[in-house]
Amino acid sequence: MSVTTSGDSLFDRLEPLLTQVSKPIQYVGGELNARTKDWDSARVRWALMYPDAYEVGLPNQGVQILYEVLNERADALAERTYAVWPDLEKLLRENGLPQFTVDGHRPIGAFDVFGISFSTELGYTNMLTALDLAGIPLHAADRDDSHPIVLAGGHAAFNPEPIADFVDAAVLGDGEQIVGAITDVIAAFKAEGSPGGRDELLTRLAETGGVYVPRFYDVEYFPAGDEGGAAAGQLASVRPNRDRVPARISKHTVMDLDAWPYPKTPLVPLAESVHERMSVEIFRGCTRGCRFCQAGMITRPVRERSIEGIGAMVEAGLNATGFEEVGLLSLSSADHSEIGPLAKQLADRYADSRVSLSLPSTRVDAFNIDLANEFSRNGRRSGLTFAPEGGSERLRRVINKMVSHQDLINTVTAAYSQGWRQVKLYFMCGLPTETDEDVLEIATMAQDVIRAGRQATGSRDIKATVSIGGFVPKPHTPFQWAAQAAPEVIDDRLRKLRAAINSEKSLGRNIGMRYHDGQPSLIEGLLSRGDRRVGAVIEQVWRDGARFDGWSEHFSYARWIAAAETALTPVGVSIDFFTTRERFADEVLPWDHLDSGLDKQWLWDDWQDALTGYEQDDCRWTPCFDCGVCPTMGTDIQIGPTGKTLLPLVSTGTPKAPWAVSTSVEP
Amino acid sequence: MARRLPEGPAHVAPVQRIRLEYAKRGRLRFCSHRDFARAFERSLRRAEIPMSYSAGFHPHPKISYVGAAPTGVGSEAEYLEIALARRCEPEAIRAALDAVLPEGLDILRAVDVEDCPPGSLAEHMQASVWQLELAADPAVTAAAVARLLASESVLVERLTKDGVRSLDARAPIVSAEVSPEPGNDTRAILKLVVRQVTPTVRPDDVLTALRAVAGFAPSQPPKATRLAQGPVDDAGLVTDPLCTTELPVARAAIEH
Repeated sequence: MSVTTSGDSLFDRLEPLLTQVSKPIQYVGGELNARTKDWDSARVRWALMYPDAYEVGLPNQGVQILYEVLNERADALAERTYAVWPDLEKLLRENGLPQFTVDGHRPIGAFDVFGISFSTELGYTNMLTALDLAGIPLHAADRDDSHPIVLAGGHAAFNPEPIADFVDAAVLGDGEQIVGAITDVIAAFKAEGSPGGRDELLTRLAETGGVYVPRFYDVEYFPAGDEGGAAAGQLASVRPNRDRVPARISKHTVMDLDAWPYPKTPLVPLAESVHERMSVEIFRGCTRGCRFCQAGMITRPVRERSIEGIGAMVEAGLNATGFEEVGLLSLSSADHSEIGPLAKQLADRYADSRVSLSLPSTRVDAFNIDLANEFSRNGRRSGLTFAPEGGSERLRRVINKMVSHQDLINTVTAAYSQGWRQVKLYFMCGLPTETDEDVLEIATMAQDVIRAGRQATGSRDIKATVSIGGFVPKPHTPFQWAAQAAPEVIDDRLRKLRAAINSEKSLGRNIGMRYHDGQPSLIEGLLSRGDRRVGAVIEQVWRDGARFDGWSEHFSYARWIAAAETALTPVGVSIDFFTTRERFADEVLPWDHLDSGLDKQWLWDDWQDALTGYEQDDCRWTPCFDCGVCPTMGTDIQIGPTGKTLLPLVSTGTPKAPWAVSTSVEP
Repeated sequence: MARRLPEGPAHVAPVQRIRLEYAKRGRLRFCSHRDFARAFERSLRRAEIPMSYSAGFHPHPKISYVGAAPTGVGSEAEYLEIALARRCEPEAIRAALDAVLPEGLDILRAVDVEDCPPGSLAEHMQASVWQLELAADPAVTAAAVARLLASESVLVERLTKDGVRSLDARAPIVSAEVSPEPGNDTRAILKLVVRQVTPTVRPDDVLTALRAVAGFAPSQPPKATRLAQGPVDDAGLVTDPLCTTELPVARAAIEH
């Protein structure tokens, strides 16, 4: 495929293809609040990709924030691109057209930076499709000065080693400020006439200490097989191979969320998307300390947006979008120090409108029900979701998510008696130390929930849904050393659980059970904790046709297993080496040189505490337990309460609607 | 169980109904009817139109849509009707909605139902004027169209979500004219007047019929636009569905 470097719009050539594909609206851009800046006005041009289908990628907050932050700069522009479905991929190839942005329909190859946000590792194959369609060599080593810098971000970028061959660079943590710093470096470099080419630009980015350039680090392994002894096949070292780059690369942390009220004007798609609502992030980070949760570990410390800041964002966002629903997002929204007043005041403010508020509810306590009631004053009380995560109390101590059986029963009793019709319970299967008995307790819990609901309401029409995901150990968590459960183990436990739920027919028929089989989790595990040798697996499986691996109708376990055998056998390791093998205490982990702030010794101690069922408190309410993040990153917890209230809405003076002055109001 | 009743704003009976004419232009011709409906309902909120809502826990604004142009087909003549809880000046409604809708979804006219001809909006939608821009020689196109018109009926199949349906693409065609594209006589413009029947015969069905009777195959997918929609008179002219005076729509289409 030819490399295109001009920023001219390709729309005229794309248009005839769009009549031949499904849901063409996803490729035309023009969403409310989208921006298309003049190509020549910007010195540094970013193409931002969410590597999944438009309907999943468009609502992504990270991409929307960076899109807006970059476009606000006079010297930069940013356009968006998403994974194209196989029908359009085929037509693009047949017609010699490249991956394009939906804003200006410009070829990705013409941009300075191709930034890809990975919420999940299952987007890796879609990145390869986009690179290939764009005419950008798959391997970073094969690129020259004409190609964009391929930059990975998002939570999966905390271990970018499996995609180290394909990306030029990766950034860890919050993107708001680092995209500006990268833009500055590129702008200065271009202004100087690009001295030293691509290598020099990447070196300048790396020497900031906040951009990881994999090629500047050499990786060595212990020999595989008998020769390597107990450490066979393990990482031996990761070392910088030039002077100007740091030994470890730090994550980025935005302090003072009120200073970053993005997205100010959220994108409103014409096409249907997975979240038809506006989202406001009410805080970032979480110190609940759930040991399975990578997001909670890598986004520390907790930084709250103020009640005033949230009120202003909700109001501005609603005006800019026309959305009917506002989601108050964070990793555990009920933990905001002023969530009570916030919920009440927002519900009061929008009581006369048809705006509804939602809160991803995960905490199992009565307070959560009060909040949910506040948010559903006028609406239907359909379903409440709780996430005990582990089936037994013993297991919940292991994962540090302490909810007693009685807590849960009390909470759901309160929910049912206040008009909620359905309760959803989230669990994981395959957690460290888990036995069949732990999982079977989920059935007992669900049956007790139905009994409690029937008693509270006097009605037999009570429903509960049990939703179960396979646990995947993640880097930078206390479970990073854990052996992942094999798919057969998970599938077998879920089979037994289903039988247990149905053993009491009068209860079982009111309990729904949703789960995925264990196979995709194993592949996610390979990609999560893999090292650079896993890159060959990703390339192989992509060449064998893998696309959209997050979609069950596209995912092929057999294809992944075959690719893993082809690519890993020659280097003496296997998929089990990366997934079901427990790591050693002193083992070099592929992400050790990437600094999330968490002290490795603290993580290890917390792992040992997990195995003995010792619980760790939350440092928002108890003394610091030295996880390492704040001193390493120079950050601190930022929480209220501030004691303030929502700011009154400011009248703009002239009524917006022309009929507001009409006197002919009728009953 | 505590039975809860909706406590939201009181249900207000509609006091006025307004019919809107809108266009789907440029790249937004790729939006589906569902896409349009979502965007339109959001625009009602952004423009603060005093809509009349249905009752219940999930009140919906009262909107009646009629036969939308297919996804990928542009239109200068789409129609819908909204019910208001307060009387408003139709032109103010038109301007306010047009200002908040994305460019390409354009509100062209707003008329109070009381000023429209009697009958429901759907009853007036008797025929459509379609324009197809074809990557095909005008003479070849004209010959194919002549063969189609000479046929009494031409059955074509279309894949719908309910499976393959068979329909007669010839019978509802009132007229079909071919002309060269202005400034490029290697391309043809086909203008069709097609009667509204069930199931609807759409431009791609006519193209399928042209392929069936004459092997007609343009080198690229055509660009199709609905120019007008409304009552059809004895002479085969499509007239304005919002206007009581007999105004041939051909003129309205040119004005667009």
